[in-house]
Amino acid sequence: MIDAIYAHLPILLIVLPLVAAPCCVLVGNGRAAYLLALVVSFLTFACSIVLLGEALDHDVIRYELGNWSPPYGIEYRVDIFSGFVMAFVSGIGAIVLVYAPLSVRDEIPASKHYLFYATYLLCMTGLLGMCVTGDLFNVFVFLEISSLSSYALISLGRTRRAPLAAFQYLILGSIGATFILIGIGLLYQMTGTLNMADIAARVPHEHGPRTVLVAFAFLTVGLCVKMAVFPLHTWLPNAYTYAPSVVTCFIAATATKVSVYAFVRIIFGIITPGFAFDVLPLDTELMLFSLVGIFIASTAAIYQDNVKRLLAYSSVAQIGYMLLGISMATPTGLSGGIVHMFNHALIKGGLFMVAGCFALRLGSVQLSDWKGAGRTMPFTALAWAIGGLALIGVPLTAGFISKWLLLTSAFETGRWPIAVLMLLSSLLAVVYVWRVVETLFFSEPSEAAANATEAPLRMLVPTYVLIGATLLFGVWTPYSAGIARQAAIALLGGTP
Amino acid sequence: MTLESIAGLYNYWVVIFLMMTGFYIVLARKNLIKSVIGLNIFQTSVFLLYITMGKVDHGTAPIVPPAIAAEQAHAAHGTTEAGHAAVGHAALEHAETAQGLAHDVAHNLADDAISHGSELAHASTEIIYSNPLPSVLMLTAIVVGIATTALALALVVRIREDYGTVDEERILELDRGE
Amino acid sequence: MSAFPIIRIITKLLIPYILLFAFYVQFHGDYGPGGGFQAGVIFASALILYGLVFGLDAIKKVAPPIVIEKCMALGVLVYAGTGALTMALGGKFLDYNVLEHHVLPQWHVPSGQHLGIFLVELGVGITVTAVMTMIFYAFAGRKQVQ
Repeated sequence: MIDAIYAHLPILLIVLPLVAAPCCVLVGNGRAAYLLALVVSFLTFACSIVLLGEALDHDVIRYELGNWSPPYGIEYRVDIFSGFVMAFVSGIGAIVLVYAPLSVRDEIPASKHYLFYATYLLCMTGLLGMCVTGDLFNVFVFLEISSLSSYALISLGRTRRAPLAAFQYLILGSIGATFILIGIGLLYQMTGTLNMADIAARVPHEHGPRTVLVAFAFLTVGLCVKMAVFPLHTWLPNAYTYAPSVVTCFIAATATKVSVYAFVRIIFGIITPGFAFDVLPLDTELMLFSLVGIFIASTAAIYQDNVKRLLAYSSVAQIGYMLLGISMATPTGLSGGIVHMFNHALIKGGLFMVAGCFALRLGSVQLSDWKGAGRTMPFTALAWAIGGLALIGVPLTAGFISKWLLLTSAFETGRWPIAVLMLLSSLLAVVYVWRVVETLFFSEPSEAAANATEAPLRMLVPTYVLIGATLLFGVWTPYSAGIARQAAIALLGGTP
Repeated sequence: MTLESIAGLYNYWVVIFLMMTGFYIVLARKNLIKSVIGLNIFQTSVFLLYITMGKVDHGTAPIVPPAIAAEQAHAAHGTTEAGHAAVGHAALEHAETAQGLAHDVAHNLADDAISHGSELAHASTEIIYSNPLPSVLMLTAIVVGIATTALALALVVRIREDYGTVDEERILELDRGE
Repeated sequence: MSAFPIIRIITKLLIPYILLFAFYVQFHGDYGPGGGFQAGVIFASALILYGLVFGLDAIKKVAPPIVIEKCMALGVLVYAGTGALTMALGGKFLDYNVLEHHVLPQWHVPSGQHLGIFLVELGVGITVTAVMTMIFYAFAGRKQVQ
């Protein structure tokens, strides 16, 4: 029996939340739906941890859907990289659900709770599906499952700006997804297959026709929209700001990372780094856009009065660091980019949870309403301080590990200006984190803040789980940077 | 590029025209409903792109003709095993063979590498079929498109209820006025 | 629109045939052109036509929104349940071949692929009917904004 379940793990990862979502609708009761979603998300987390362990111990795990053999049927494959990403995505999905009920009760009408949890599970299904599948068209389908559910989740926000933000995200996101679809279509036209490994083997590179180049361009631009790379990031600040707190925690921590994952898969699995970075100038382009993005988005973050918007701009900047690592295409740089996906998911998830705690107690995420809240809500404010340090990249926090790897790689490849720019950009992060810390601890409490009480334990504990994890993975790295390094070497080894 | 090759690629010109029209409408129109319509046109152009690449010259719909199917069913199951069973098995084999053929066309493999159904495969290779896979993919993409449109229109309905307008400029003005 | 006798009578005449055609497309879909998606849309179009002509209250009596909402979920469960069944029978997810002779006696539905596709299309059909009707309800039920 155990063996049988073991063999089906890659599909269970998708099927569990996919089955649980309609079950939530069938029970039609908020509390029951919540319990079901909670149990399923932890089961999914357990599945992905076991899968990651398997992938580390043995080799790539394959699963043929419907028993059709790979180039014809859909193949699910788990290697170290996808195992790593799906582990932290499902883990954060589970922790955010522990945190969710009070915030959801506060921000979303009770009649919609069961639908909220169903949509949340669908979003998780889509994100995990993108990690696990080895079929390019399947990536598109899961991408749309996760995107459509996240548009719906974002539109549930309290203000009337929420539907508008969701609509703007929907338009840009659909254009991005359609670009990806065009890219997939052109690749299919050239190779006659949709299996990623098979495409990589068949696609003509150096002297191939221009169709391949156009396909790569469409895929890159489409995924850049989904990743919110600097000039294409315009949907992100509004979407993160006006979504309900819980939704922001989950989407900010996972959605863009999974798009980065898909991007890395396509660059290193199909385009191959040799073609993308040597023949095409993709590395300088990416580096340019990520550096410009880091500076502009960080500067924009400094001037925000809405804390969720501040964090959203910071997210755009952090995506820049991930792309910086990817564009260096050395084992150290790539592992820095990959481990930053994980670290940033922890940090940003934790910080948005802190914002959610304040929103629950103070009823606002405007910085001016947070004045002096550090005195009445010391633990919540302390969580912000620690998370903020990690975001800056202070030693002993997770943020330091990823920035250290990126710096090392920049020096290794002799790109010392990039190293200098990265250090300068961290100073900008110091400014925006400090502004909030100053408001929390060193200003006269506003009326709301003076009467506020500490955030409830049910929200504080999950927040500290993520914030604590950033400290833990700042000193103990075999399971973050270690795995990322293995994944990076496997990616650069040419085997997709 | 001669005039002939330009005219010969007319299906791609249609795709490009629709794609650019839709893309322009999405970016330029400030009316939310018109953006949704533009998005629809943009997505439809991609459906056409896929379907046009699935077409094989002189190919018919990828369904095994009933005559060949019946013959095969007859040969495979004999005359004694009657009724449902034979039809069922035959249906299964058609499905497999049709799929095999589709991939044959897709990979440009002239030789009959996939040997699913012996005589049936030989009998039906004489008929040229279109590649069904792009159409199947587009069925999925159409479903995704409908979901996107429905969600987008639902959001527009809510925006109109809250703001009283579907004009993006006006909505932004209202927001600034707060 | 129920005030116009021609529209009313023609609709009443048409609806049974639309439904019948939907069932034909649904149950023919496993070995011919057709299938759950198309059938679901045709089926829902009959419901929506009824709603357009006789009003929202009338159609809500025929297909109560709560039932439609549960049907949306039910269809997905039928699909995923088929996959779970194939896994329980020892195959891969959606490996229809293992359904052969397991679920129904041999003389009636002999082929596993046939049965599997039939079940999956049934799930798709239920969900698509429900979703299309639900979209109609969602838009038709909004109040007028000045």
